Amino acid sequence: MTYEIIVQLKAEVLDPEGRAIQETLARLGFGALKSVNVAKRYSIELDAKAPQADELVQRIAREYLANPVSETFQVRKL
Amino acid sequence: MSVPTAASLTPKFSPSGKLRIGLVQFPGSNCDQDCFDVMARHFGVKVAPVWHTQTELPALDAVILPGGFSYGDYLRSGALAAHSPIMIAVKAFVAKGGAVLGICNGFQILTESHLLPGALLRNSNRQFICEYVHLATASGQSVYHQALAGKISRLPIAHGEGRFYIDVDGLKRLQDQGQIALRYASPTGLTGPEFNPNGAVDQIAGIVSANGRVLGLMPHPERATDTLLGGSTDGLAVLEAFLSSFT
Repeated sequence: MTYEIIVQLKAEVLDPEGRAIQETLARLGFGALKSVNVAKRYSIELDAKAPQADELVQRIAREYLANPVSETFQVRKL
Repeated sequence: MSVPTAASLTPKFSPSGKLRIGLVQFPGSNCDQDCFDVMARHFGVKVAPVWHTQTELPALDAVILPGGFSYGDYLRSGALAAHSPIMIAVKAFVAKGGAVLGICNGFQILTESHLLPGALLRNSNRQFICEYVHLATASGQSVYHQALAGKISRLPIAHGEGRFYIDVDGLKRLQDQGQIALRYASPTGLTGPEFNPNGAVDQIAGIVSANGRVLGLMPHPERATDTLLGGSTDGLAVLEAFLSSFT
């Protein structure tokens, strides 16, 4: 079974990479863009028999993949 | 910018002294040799290498986490190093009141280990910044505040992810508890966004733990220690403050 974890900076934290992409796109004529935010996507595959898989993945995301100081995360089972 | 003489710095830390400092080497550490060199040459202190896979620290008075790109900076800068075997021992060392100096990547490892609050994010100007900056000493009670009081230090920075971030409540705690050690400043010590190279909140370049024993800073004091390299020797005062934090 596979999970997708998306980690990105909190809304209130400046995302310089997203800002750079937005500015370039705006220069190329996509001026209607309000903002671009970059996220990191992790795909985690677990043994099908892994017990409490949902909780395990939540823990991995919360404690390791995302930094609670500056980032948020979403977990989705694929 | 004063140039400390060897005589003014060495007596307290003679080669026969008992100071034992461990310097943790991670895969990707690249400022470790500079730390070894300055400690031996300027302070007569022998530093013991500690490999990241070790699970215990030898009997030590202090620990240095050097700069570099530990574990390739994968996941986030310092994040994988923060979960390396040796950091369990470093956390236990800090819990017992041990002194730790984290420089650049070492600072990132300290925040990722929750040994210091906050996080270090991509520079707001998107550039890897490699230049000299001026630093004003903030107000506080730690040995660093006392040793560097009123001093404007000129030190190099070399980082892509040095933008110190902490939320409003966390910043207030740092301010109220005197945990801000160094702020980016003008050559005369004025602080403001115009002298801030990376977008750090409140111009923060370095902070200390609540007990004042753990210092994390983005600038590199170990790279500003020798007149032969030109630039600055202001790093010596920072390193001397570190040495005096546990002597």
